[in-house]
Amino acid sequence: MPDQNVVEIADLSFSYDATRHVLSGINFAIPRGKVVAIMGGSGCGKTTLLRLIGGALRATKGSVRVFGQDVAGLAPDALFAMRRRMSMLFQFGALFTDMSTFDNVAFQMREHTRLPEALIRDLVLMKLHAVGLRGAEGLMPSELSGGMARRVALARAIALDPELMMYDEPFAGLDPISLGVIGQLIRTLNDALGATSIVVTHDVQESLKIVDYIYFVSEGRIIAEGTAEAVRASKAPFVHQFVWGEADGPVPFHYPAADYRGALVDARPR
Amino acid sequence: MTRVLALVSELGARVTSLIWRLGYAARFFWATLRHSGTAFRRFHLTVRELYFAGVLSLIIIVVSGLFVGMVLGLQGYDTLARYGSSEALGVLVALSLVRELGPVVAALLFASRAGSAITAEIGLMKATEQLDAMEMMAVDPVARVVAPRFWGGVLSMPLLAALFSAMGIFGGYLVGVVLIGVDVGQFWSQMQAAVDFREDVVNGVIKSVVFGVAVTGIAVFEGYDAPPTAEGVSGATTRTVVTSSLAVLALDFVLTAFMFRGI
Repeated sequence: MPDQNVVEIADLSFSYDATRHVLSGINFAIPRGKVVAIMGGSGCGKTTLLRLIGGALRATKGSVRVFGQDVAGLAPDALFAMRRRMSMLFQFGALFTDMSTFDNVAFQMREHTRLPEALIRDLVLMKLHAVGLRGAEGLMPSELSGGMARRVALARAIALDPELMMYDEPFAGLDPISLGVIGQLIRTLNDALGATSIVVTHDVQESLKIVDYIYFVSEGRIIAEGTAEAVRASKAPFVHQFVWGEADGPVPFHYPAADYRGALVDARPR
Repeated sequence: MTRVLALVSELGARVTSLIWRLGYAARFFWATLRHSGTAFRRFHLTVRELYFAGVLSLIIIVVSGLFVGMVLGLQGYDTLARYGSSEALGVLVALSLVRELGPVVAALLFASRAGSAITAEIGLMKATEQLDAMEMMAVDPVARVVAPRFWGGVLSMPLLAALFSAMGIFGGYLVGVVLIGVDVGQFWSQMQAAVDFREDVVNGVIKSVVFGVAVTGIAVFEGYDAPPTAEGVSGATTRTVVTSSLAVLALDFVLTAFMFRGI
């Protein structure tokens, strides 16, 4: 049923200008309640895809529908109304550096609701408790480690119980313990809130543990998809290289360059 | 011929880019004014910026005002004594400060102290995706971040200029009356008789408000428009100081030409 899909993308293409084509011919749908990963190498257009879903960018061609609405056709007020139903965790947290941990988590509650301060306090402590950082409410972002900052950002992202969560490289730069904690939180919070999650990542092993479905993006196109088991067992060259971290394959080790011998011998200055 | 064409093409591109940026700055300024309601409805946001732009600039303004006034006292006495009118020192110091030096020097100091800080803060918020995060939370960064900083700066500027002038006059008094021995009664009474509230004080306040709009407007725009890199933020901060200093001096000439043309 179409209304079971929180996000529907059809024939989507996006270019920053005439020479920089980022995405082309993307089609997929994300059903309600699922955790879906979008994987691919750096610069393949994953984050651009999230920004298109969030309405920060407009598609060059095709459509992006979120909660049944065409994002490109929304007026600014309607776009902001849609964004209140979704949330995004940025790559390095993007915490407001002039606010404490508590104020960061309380930010959306104060901006979008008229809840009394006593109730906001309780809600903030509950959100921080959910990510294991209730004791860090008074710390400033500069006093938090990378993993703690990511968890505070996660608490801020779930402040208003969003229906759609988007994660932009949530595992980047984390130690193994923090990585496991964030991975588990993504899954647990998604199920507890009854939300839908899109995880943009290139961390294969951690994401395969928590996601329901995976799309692989390369050079702006979806080139493979499947469940975690199917992806592990895949013999498709790109998927195999990506999942098992092989240095050479369909994604070449060498950046395109002129002939090696020619560069070393023939082009030597005389 | 090819080089000439390339030169013309480069020149055209630069002019087009400049016009495009001016248009973007005008739209940004209009958006800031349109979203200024937040800055006044939730005045605590503006009060916070008044503290950062105004209160934290007090030291540099007060100390500079004092020294500028003391130098004016020394130089003014030296010149006036040659014509036997050293008792007019109070008038010279007060008019110089209230009409010109107070608003202009305070605005130049404000641009380098508070303007650069505003640009760097907004630029870094952009570079660390804080503005993007705010937008994704359905909170308009122009309303929440830019407008309170803009009005905080605009409201600070006349107060700082007034303090600068007051400290300058005190500095002139210290040098002229206490150090050199100009008659204290003459110093104050001539000043009181010669300085006109409407012509001098109000015009000085108008100048400082205009300078406040120019400096803070440039500072918030440069921060918001800064490329999200360390180099981009550093370049934007430098542009804020250079552009707003030039804008203050140019605006001062225009305003002075209109305000004191009958003199």
